Amino acid sequence: MSTIVLLVVTGLGLGALYFLVASGLSLIWGLMRVLNFAHGALFTVAAYAGWSIANTIPATDAARAWSIGLLGAVLGGAIAAFLLETVLIRPLYARPVGQVLVTVGAALAAVALVEAMYGDDPKQLVLPAWMSANTVIAGASIPNTRLLLIVVALAVLGLLLILLRKTRYGLIVRAGVENRAMVEALGINVHRAFTIVFTIGGAAAGLGGYLAGTYFGYIDPQRGTSMLIFAFIVVVVGRLGSMTGCAIAAAVVALVQQFLNFYAAAGVGDFSVVLLLALALLIRPRGAQTL
Amino acid sequence: MTRSVSIGLALALIAILIAVPWIGIPLPPLFGEPLRSPGSLSLLAVCFVFGALAVSYDLLFGYTGLLSFGHALYFAMGVYATAIALERWHWSLIPTLLFVVALCVVVPAIVGAICLRTHDVAFAMVTLAFAQAGSIVVLQNPFGLTGGEEGLPLSTQSLPAIFAGVANSRNLYWLALLLLIFTYAVARMLVGSRAGRVWQAIRENERRVATVGLNTYLFKLGAFVCSSVLASLAGIVYVFIEGGATSEITTANFTLALLVMVVLGGVGTLWGAVLGGMLYEYLDFRLVVLSSASGLQSLPPILRVPLSEPLFVLGVLFILLVLFVPGGLAGAFRRLSSLSTRTTTLTGGQ
Amino acid sequence: MSALLNVSDLDVWIGESHVLHGVSFEVREGGVTALLGRNGAGKTTTLRGILGMLTRTGSVFLNGLPMDRMRTDRIVRHGIGYVPEDRDVFSELTVAENLRLAERPGQELQYDIVYELFPELQQRASQRAGTLSGGQQQMVSIARALLNKGNRILLIDEPTKGLAPLVVRSVVAALGRVSQFVTILLVEQNLRVAHLLARDAIVLDQGSVGYRGTINELIDDPELARHHLGLTAGRGAGA
Repeated sequence: MSTIVLLVVTGLGLGALYFLVASGLSLIWGLMRVLNFAHGALFTVAAYAGWSIANTIPATDAARAWSIGLLGAVLGGAIAAFLLETVLIRPLYARPVGQVLVTVGAALAAVALVEAMYGDDPKQLVLPAWMSANTVIAGASIPNTRLLLIVVALAVLGLLLILLRKTRYGLIVRAGVENRAMVEALGINVHRAFTIVFTIGGAAAGLGGYLAGTYFGYIDPQRGTSMLIFAFIVVVVGRLGSMTGCAIAAAVVALVQQFLNFYAAAGVGDFSVVLLLALALLIRPRGAQTL
Repeated sequence: MTRSVSIGLALALIAILIAVPWIGIPLPPLFGEPLRSPGSLSLLAVCFVFGALAVSYDLLFGYTGLLSFGHALYFAMGVYATAIALERWHWSLIPTLLFVVALCVVVPAIVGAICLRTHDVAFAMVTLAFAQAGSIVVLQNPFGLTGGEEGLPLSTQSLPAIFAGVANSRNLYWLALLLLIFTYAVARMLVGSRAGRVWQAIRENERRVATVGLNTYLFKLGAFVCSSVLASLAGIVYVFIEGGATSEITTANFTLALLVMVVLGGVGTLWGAVLGGMLYEYLDFRLVVLSSASGLQSLPPILRVPLSEPLFVLGVLFILLVLFVPGGLAGAFRRLSSLSTRTTTLTGGQ
Repeated sequence: MSALLNVSDLDVWIGESHVLHGVSFEVREGGVTALLGRNGAGKTTTLRGILGMLTRTGSVFLNGLPMDRMRTDRIVRHGIGYVPEDRDVFSELTVAENLRLAERPGQELQYDIVYELFPELQQRASQRAGTLSGGQQQMVSIARALLNKGNRILLIDEPTKGLAPLVVRSVVAALGRVSQFVTILLVEQNLRVAHLLARDAIVLDQGSVGYRGTINELIDDPELARHHLGLTAGRGAGA
């Protein structure tokens, strides 16, 4: 029983991570129809930005160091996303294939830069003591970082839902995901909405990058790219542009992955969710249309 | 350029390339050692392989317009199937080759049949998913076959005698050159055939082709299988040159690198792909050395560090090309050398 | 009466196809001008060309202001309300949200007129637009275009398409009232509706203008009617 509890909670923790990365991807894809391959690079760049900033504070004050690092990561992700959108993606608005290609190039260059600057061995993240500890729930000893992630993801979900439902830009995004041309025909400048959505997506990815570092204990240049693939799977399995759909899909994907990896063999879970992606694309004509 | 002139030039170029292992000219800093040395020959051989691989991808992406993010899977299949058959099952060369080719016709046929039920972005994603699945399988080292992350080196008994040993690096060079010429010729022939014309029509406007009564699904599947087979052939040669299989070729990064190669050289021109593939591999190899040889060392770290990182340079170059020179190197060259030619490439659009 | 909308030499391309050739016409201020023509003649394309949604050359003037180099949202903000064919309401949004989206920040709104014309919209304010009937969605679509007081002209594309006769009647009645205080360029296949609402008519034939004049002249002259609209005299097309 305690194994199941452990698997469920760690699965949800992983799902929380997926949600943070996938939420921005879903909005960007849904509204802008851009397949943002650089999302994993945003994740990575922000994580390293956060780590660098956290390192400027002596490790004795771990709580402060970690928090400032978190802030740095979120800001770093937002700024990087803003620059990416305005400099590279917006000019290619008329060339959707070009947009995808440019994100591929940006991803390649950004990750290479991080590797060049920091080397490719993992960098440890300084954690406040309580995060490295465990909490016992129903007989299972659960690392606090998993619980932290779940709480943060729920908070982000709530924030995004409020933004989408209560603000004018949220209204524009929800309408734009459905029919961008009509939004423009109502006199609304969608490009500003694009930039905002992209920046928020970058901030969420940055949060995900730093918290992934917290979850695993270290950051490395390659994790963003592997996260990206799982994030894509979540976006496809969930409903495009729907944040609750994304959250549920993230939980499902992560739980399937955790349980299969544990009960079958390591790697079977990963393999299965990748096949899940292929299946979801093939048996959902409606989903494929919005793609 | 008239046809006979271009054929003449091509033959001359091939003759020169064949003769390279006898040319002892040192070419620093392009090559660390004289051209005929094993090191330079090995580098050139790998460049040829990547040129061939890029050509196979150009068939799929450049000519048929299928943006697949999983093409590297078939290259990897060629690599791993060959390595496993030779090293783990101790098969001899001919059965191995037959097995690999058969496998690399059947598997892409099945996978392609599934993937091609989707279009555009969904297609890109499904192909990526399959490539990722393949990568996971390789890294898991099922039954100890693939060697997992460390890869699968070929022992000297498994490697055919004519390719083994440093002294035979010129044989490998010629093998790779043969691969490139063969792949290019096949691709050229396919592109000029009726199927090739249908592929290009599909790239421009699939719906219109369908309304004429042609089964676009089958044509796309044909392109998928042909390009995959060519990719796997490149994989076979790669195993011999590298002396085994490495897990790096199964990563998502490598899949995307293929895309960079083809866009770099220019989509839809075949020779552009050759250029792009060779240039990419060359830069990946030599940039570090080049940067230390040239005056780059005197630059402040903020410039030197990124510029010595090949993937960074390639990524930036790629971005610049997509933004400003959609036709790639081939496109730029063509624009310079011709009068008013209206070339529509995939990345160009308008 | 001055020309509110002036279209001059409009050529439009959809992909590689050249679909509109040198279309020129004027819409004078006040009342309804009908844009007619057979299926595929280019009526919807003309509206979308005016709005900058398609590749085009030529000039478009709204109240003397040139609109040709502008992006769609800027064109629309100069005072155009668009009611597209197929309504294009946002089905995931509520009726109220659909209307709120149409509000232009800083401009005067006329919710009172909108709710007077379409009281149902106020009743169904929190209903998801996707669950509305065709006629109700049409009301939302028209209301969106009407909401901004600054809209000088409404471009309306086949508002009665696919609607039951009773609903058609209420839509026509609403449009009749709307036309009293805003200019309308109305694309219609239903000639009876066009005749009821419009004073002037422009007929498109295979991408160019075939007739410009009043709608009465067009319908009363059997030769003209047959030539431009494919009708025999005395019969109206559509429901």
